[in-house]
Amino acid sequence: MWRDALLIAGKDLRIEARSRVALWQVLPFSLLVLILSAFALGPGPSTLHDAAPGLFWLAVLFSTVLATQRSFAIESGEGTRDGLRLSGVDPAGVFLGKTAAVAVQLALLQVALWAGITLFFGVRLHVIWLAVVASLLATVGLAAAGVIYGALSAGLRVRETLLPLLVLPVLAPVLLSGSEVWSAALFGHAAAGESWLRILAPFAVVYVVVGIVLYGPLQEAG
Amino acid sequence: MPAAVHLRSAVALAGRFPALSGVDLTVSAGEVVVVLGPNGAGKTSLLRTCAGLLPVTSGAAEVLGEDLRQDPTHVRLRVGLLGHAAPLYDELTAAENVRFAVRAAGLPTSRVDPALERLGIVGRLRRTPVARLSAGQRRRVALAALVARTPELWLLDEPHAGLDGATRRLLADLIAEAAGGGAAVLLSSHEPDLAVPLADRAVTMTGGRVVDEQRGGRRPVLEAVPPSEETAHVA
Repeated sequence: MWRDALLIAGKDLRIEARSRVALWQVLPFSLLVLILSAFALGPGPSTLHDAAPGLFWLAVLFSTVLATQRSFAIESGEGTRDGLRLSGVDPAGVFLGKTAAVAVQLALLQVALWAGITLFFGVRLHVIWLAVVASLLATVGLAAAGVIYGALSAGLRVRETLLPLLVLPVLAPVLLSGSEVWSAALFGHAAAGESWLRILAPFAVVYVVVGIVLYGPLQEAG
Repeated sequence: MPAAVHLRSAVALAGRFPALSGVDLTVSAGEVVVVLGPNGAGKTSLLRTCAGLLPVTSGAAEVLGEDLRQDPTHVRLRVGLLGHAAPLYDELTAAENVRFAVRAAGLPTSRVDPALERLGIVGRLRRTPVARLSAGQRRRVALAALVARTPELWLLDEPHAGLDGATRRLLADLIAEAAGGGAAVLLSSHEPDLAVPLADRAVTMTGGRVVDEQRGGRRPVLEAVPPSEETAHVA
């Protein structure tokens, strides 16, 4: 399973490095979400400061949808979809590999968004370790949930429009918890943020376990 | 010779619709069988069923000794399917695609170079992303992946499509070599002039069933399993 996961993650990341869809489409999109949200909220520094964590995670959530769609677009051809089923790769390995590849992209994206809110919103994190731990846990959960729902909608003609409808409500706990932890990290209230980590950690674990168990049937149904 | 494919009254579904409506077919190890028939006859569905990609809902279906109705996943690693669409990733090079197929099957990557060279994918061609290759070249890369994996059952869906004369001759050699090595080959074709001379037997499908069978142009199979009574029509 782990060997297969490495193989799939390496393949997906190599394809992303060549196509640069994440760099030229997902990243500009997420930065646009930040900037347009700032325009909508107005120029007040305190408003932007207070809204920064929520906008950061909103941009991450939308980007998760795009990254997941891209991950399954790679396998959207009849030949590659059948090829993967015939390849001998363990479905759990496919799930973990795709999750890892999406997670790496989301992690890099968050670094860019972090720089973006620092630059545009003038905010600074006071408890960096808390924000980093929250981001790592959230990234695993977002990638795992995204890949599960991506597989669920992969074989459908309406997958591009269905995926956001399916996955965004499911990711709401990450939006809420991530925003709270990052608010705590911004204002230096570490204790307040730690309690929200108790939502992010189980979310990640549950979706990884569910994906390992269910990805095989989902792949067959797709 | 043991039967590589043994279907009796096999019914398979594509989604909710029947793709095979009671197929009777036996293919022995080392035998080459071509499947002919009009569009929608069930040729592709037959190959996909033998690959374990379509669920068999009734009848008997054994491939390489594995019961497809129990768990088709074990069969998949032992068959090689070349469908209409080549199972290739556009952004990866020809060599990277073949290497991925070999590593996914848990085979040594030392198989990659000989397979690419066998299909004439050398020099700059092997380093070119397959998105930039012609349809025929992509077909050759997909065939190289198949050659590298050395499946026990070759399932070739319209394998002549998009190939030039030299590659068609190479394909004929590959099929003969695979059968000579004990693998069974089941290929579908719209071009009987090209396919039947390669085969030991030719079967014709209509409406998801095998309705006719005749001898092919290849050397006779000594211990071929005789066709069923309802489909037998040896020319």
